[in-house]
Amino acid sequence: MNIRSDEPELRGLMLSGLDGDAAAHKALLTRLSANLRAYFKTHLARIGKGPADAEDLVQESLIALHTRRHTYDRSKPLTPWVYAIARYRLVDFLRRTRTSMTDVAIDEADQVPADDDPSSVESGLDLEKLMAQLTPKARQAIQFVKLEGLSVGEAAARSGMSESDIKVSVHRGLKALSLLATQRSRA
Amino acid sequence: MKTDELINMLGTNLEAVKGGELRNALMVALAVGAAAASCLMLAIFGLPADARGGDYSGPKILALAFTLGLVFAGASFLIGSARPGEPGRKPLILISVLFFALISAGGVALVLAHPAAWSGMIFGPQWAACLICIPLFAVAPFASLIWALRKGAPTSLTRTGAIAGLVAGALGAAVFAFHHPGGSIPFIVLWYGGSILLCALVGAILGSRLLRW
Repeated sequence: MNIRSDEPELRGLMLSGLDGDAAAHKALLTRLSANLRAYFKTHLARIGKGPADAEDLVQESLIALHTRRHTYDRSKPLTPWVYAIARYRLVDFLRRTRTSMTDVAIDEADQVPADDDPSSVESGLDLEKLMAQLTPKARQAIQFVKLEGLSVGEAAARSGMSESDIKVSVHRGLKALSLLATQRSRA
Repeated sequence: MKTDELINMLGTNLEAVKGGELRNALMVALAVGAAAASCLMLAIFGLPADARGGDYSGPKILALAFTLGLVFAGASFLIGSARPGEPGRKPLILISVLFFALISAGGVALVLAHPAAWSGMIFGPQWAACLICIPLFAVAPFASLIWALRKGAPTSLTRTGAIAGLVAGALGAAVFAFHHPGGSIPFIVLWYGGSILLCALVGAILGSRLLRW
């Protein structure tokens, strides 16, 4: 499976996801996680880092792909956008782990085969610990809407917040989680 | 955490995304920045004398055209640069052309003038005010542009910060040009162009910190 040959299909999933199709969005993230895993494993192997770090980066990238999906320009191909985010996350990871790596090549991304074997590896991201650092509002909104799968209306009724408040809290909460996830290994 | 669990969480109750948010945020930032810089200018200098009668001499129009051209080119670069990936290079070429044209015009003006007049042309009216006020007026536009860019996901932070500084400096210079009596073309090259480049430099340094995500 090569990401460039899959471009039309992946882009279709992305566009459906942007229009609110949850199944398409999950399918896209699942497909991309395999490509991202291969990409990060290849680069990290060169500096002697293992699959757990790669899985961290896969998850950080997935959160970034999700929370920043409004930055995708619908008229452009998807693959360069995905790898620009992956590369940014990788460079940021190298900076905060103080590894020096003179150059991360851009053009190798599509030459590595996808790696579809996440079963053995878990990332070091502990969702519960990260969630504990959110504001109570954001934590509750994410708990109801994203983890328990309640609709925005149900979550609003149960928490006493307004619907728009719930939506904003989920959005801000995910962005905060993304930041917490990337700062975790800085400490 | 397993990656499947994360994907499941992210995909649950997915919201649709409207297009155009980034562009709108940048336009709002430009408008707010320009308004704030204008208010600051009015607070410091009062209503410019020219605004009532209108003595729009050549150098003044040139300064406005140059700075507003930079704002336009820089803003269109930022719209691309706020997204992950390579932004288009056309706006950067336009910025270079604007600087090249202005510097050439300044050179020609110096050559045509008598060398004895040079220092009068270069140290024209209020050159020090130019150097202080343009960066001062650029502070508010720079802050609002950074606010807008942080809604995006720029991947080359230094370059994005530099252009944000350049746009803010050019906006500050355009606002200053309404107050300023004009001066010669070499004056505009040195004090307008120089101040704007100074803002771009500061923007590059701050951008690599402020724009991280």
